[in-house]
Amino acid sequence: MTAVAGAGAQAHGEGGAKLGMWLFLLTELLFFSGAFLLYAVFRARYAAGFHAAAADESTAIGTANTLVLLTSSLCMALAIAALRQGRVRASLLGQGATMLLGLVFLAVKATEWAGKIGRGLYPDSPVLLRREHGEVLFFGLYYVLTGIHAVHVAIGIGVIAAAFLLTARGRLGPGRYALLENAGLFWHFVDVVWIYLFPLFYLVT
Amino acid sequence: MTDPLPTATAQPPRPRGFLAAWLLSTDHKRIGIMYLAALTLVLAAGAALGVLMRLSAVAPGALLNARHYNQTFTLHGVLMIFLFVIPGIPVSFGNFLLPLLIGARDVAFPRLNRLSWWLYLTGAAVILSSLFLKGGPLDTGWTFYAPYSVQTRTQVSFAVVGVFILGFSSILTGLNFVTTIHRLRAPGMGWLRMPLFPWTLYATGWVQLLATPVLAVTLVFIVLERFFGVGFFDPAKGGDPILFEHLFWIYSHPAVYIMVLPAMGVVSEIVPTFARRTVYGYRAVAFSAVCIAAVGYLVWGHHMFTSGMSDTSRTLFSLLTFLVAVPSGVKIFNWVATLHGGSIRTDAPMLFALTFIFLFSIGGLTGLIIGSLAPNLHVHATYFIVGHFHYVMFGGAGMAFLAALHYWFPKITGRLYDERAARAGWVLLFVGFNLLYFTMFVLGLQGMPRRYFDYPARYFPGHMTATVGSWILALGLAVVLGNLLRALRRGAPAPADPWGGTTLEWTTSSPPPPENFEEIPVVTRGPYAYGEGARR
Repeated sequence: MTAVAGAGAQAHGEGGAKLGMWLFLLTELLFFSGAFLLYAVFRARYAAGFHAAAADESTAIGTANTLVLLTSSLCMALAIAALRQGRVRASLLGQGATMLLGLVFLAVKATEWAGKIGRGLYPDSPVLLRREHGEVLFFGLYYVLTGIHAVHVAIGIGVIAAAFLLTARGRLGPGRYALLENAGLFWHFVDVVWIYLFPLFYLVT
Repeated sequence: MTDPLPTATAQPPRPRGFLAAWLLSTDHKRIGIMYLAALTLVLAAGAALGVLMRLSAVAPGALLNARHYNQTFTLHGVLMIFLFVIPGIPVSFGNFLLPLLIGARDVAFPRLNRLSWWLYLTGAAVILSSLFLKGGPLDTGWTFYAPYSVQTRTQVSFAVVGVFILGFSSILTGLNFVTTIHRLRAPGMGWLRMPLFPWTLYATGWVQLLATPVLAVTLVFIVLERFFGVGFFDPAKGGDPILFEHLFWIYSHPAVYIMVLPAMGVVSEIVPTFARRTVYGYRAVAFSAVCIAAVGYLVWGHHMFTSGMSDTSRTLFSLLTFLVAVPSGVKIFNWVATLHGGSIRTDAPMLFALTFIFLFSIGGLTGLIIGSLAPNLHVHATYFIVGHFHYVMFGGAGMAFLAALHYWFPKITGRLYDERAARAGWVLLFVGFNLLYFTMFVLGLQGMPRRYFDYPARYFPGHMTATVGSWILALGLAVVLGNLLRALRRGAPAPADPWGGTTLEWTTSSPPPPENFEEIPVVTRGPYAYGEGARR
C-alpha cells in the first residue's frame, strides 16, 4: 500500500470487515440456494426415485460426519474466544483442532464417494443410467452439492491455516482478530450448509 | 497517459516501475482509470464485431459463413454484456467517484478492490483464451442456453469459467460499495444528503450481491454437465432445460438493472448541474432506485413467455414487468420536471444525458410492448427484441457511459476536451443509432427473426438501412473517443469545477490528490443546492 495508508486507517474498522463478511456469506447462501432449488423441483417431480435412491446412503456415516463438523465449529468458537482474551496458545490449539476435524470430514467424504464410485454409481455411469430418472438426479445432486460443499470445507481449512500462521507470528492477537472472526463466520456457514445437506440426502427417504 | 497523480503524501512512495505502480495500486482512482481504459477497449472491440455482423447481414455468406456468424454474435454479446455493460459504470466511474462523492478517502476495502480488478483481467483473459483453444469460439449466444451449450463442441467451458470469474469480481465490487456507503460517508452526510449517483450504486451493489451468485451456480452446472454429464438439464436423464432458463434469468434479468441503475445515477448528476436546479423530488428519485432494484428480481419470467409456463405465471410475470415501469417513470418525469424552468446549458455531457432520457424512454416503452403477453408472442425472438435491447443497453447504459465520460473527464484527467468535436460526434452517434436500431423495430414487426444468418429478399431494405446506420454510429463513436484521446495529451488544464457542479467531487482539485481531500469535508446540506445564492 502506498498512497492509501491514511485511507486504510479510516476504512479498516473491525466492524467494516465483519459487515463485508456477512454480505459475502449472503452471496454464498444464494449460490447454494440455486442448487437447493433444483433439489426441490426434482424431488417434487420424482418423489419415488428420490425415496429409493436415498436408501443407498449410510445414515451412520452421515451422522458421524455431522458430529465431526459440529465439533469443529465448537473448536473454532473456542479459538476465537481464546484469542480475544489473549490466550494465544489455546487459540492456536483450537484452530489446529478445527483444521484437523475438517480434514477428517473430507477424508470420510472421500471414502464415501470412493465406495459409491467403486460400485459404478457416479454421474453418467452405465450403472446409474439404467436406473430410474429420480435416482439419476438424486445422485447427480448428491455429488454436485456435497462436492461444492467439500470445496468450501477445503477453502475454509486454507483460510484457517492462514489465520493460524498469522496468529503464530503475532500478527493476529487480542486487539486484532477480525480475520479469525471472519474465518470463523465462514466455517460456521459451511457447517450450516451441511446441516441442510445432511437431512436432504441421508435422513429424508 | 502521463501520471495524473501528484505525489504529495507525507510518506515517500517506494520507487516502482510505471506498470507496477498502476497494477499494484489500491487507490480507487487509479483502479477506476484502469477499468475505464479496459472498458473503452472492450467497447471498441465489441462495436467492431457489431459492424462486422451488420456487414454480413447485407451480404449473407460473402464475409462470414453461418458458423462464423454465430460465433461473431456470441462474442459480441459476451464482450459487451459481461465485460462492458455489467461492470461498466460502477467499476469505472463508481470506483473513481463514489469515495469523492460521499467525502471518503477510499473505498472500505481498497485491497479487495484491487483484487476485483485483477479478477476482471483474469476473467477477460480466460474468455479471450477460449477463442484460441480447441473447438474455437463458442456459438451459443451470450445466454448459454442448455441443452445446446452442453452439446456444442465449441469452447464453452472456458468462456463460462471466465464469466464465473467476472461474477466474482462483480460481487466483490458490490460488497465493497455497499460497505463503503454504509460506513464511510463524510460527517453530516445522512442518507438523504447523499448524491443520487451513490444511491444508484448502493441499489446496484445489492443487486450484484443478490443476483450474481445464482448465475455463478448456473455456470458451474454447465461445466459439470459438459464434463460429467450430470443430467440436470438433459431430458434424457430426467433433467429439464427450462430450469436452466429459470436459473439463468433469475440472474440475468436483475443484471439489466446492474447495467441501467448506475446509468440513471449518472443522468441524475448531470441534469441538475446543467439545468442549474436542485433535482425535482430528490427523495422519489433516490427511493425509486431501490424500488427498481427490488421489483427487478421478480420479473425474470417475462423472458420465458414462449418457453412453456402456466398462464397464471405468465400473467403474473407480465403484471410485475409493468410494475417496474413505475419507478423508472418516476425517474424520467423527475428529470423532465427538473429541466422545467431550469436554465439549461447543452454542453456535451448534457447532450448525452438528454439522449439517454430520449432513447431509454423508447427502450422502456417498447419494453412494455414486449412485457404484454399477446404482442410478446408476435415479436418473440425477432429483431424487435434486438432493437428494444439496444435502446435500453446502448441508448441507456452506453449513452450514460459516454455522458459520464464527458462530464467527469476534466475531473479524472485534469484536462478539457474540444467541445465542438464532442458535439459533432454526438450528432453522428444520434443519427446512426436511430437509423440502426429503430429500423430493427420495423424489421422485427415485419417478422425478421433475430440471430438468423440469412433471410428472404423482402427484408433486404431494412438490413441495408440498419447497416448504413451502423457505419454512421461507428464513425460517431470514433469521433467521440478520438476527441477524448486527443484531449488526454493536448487538452487545456481543467479547473476544479468546470461545470459549476455542487457535489463534493468538484470541491477538490482536478485530478484529485491521492487521498481525495486536504481535509475530510463536513456536509451541512443536501446535494444540488442551486439558487438562493447557494452557488459556490
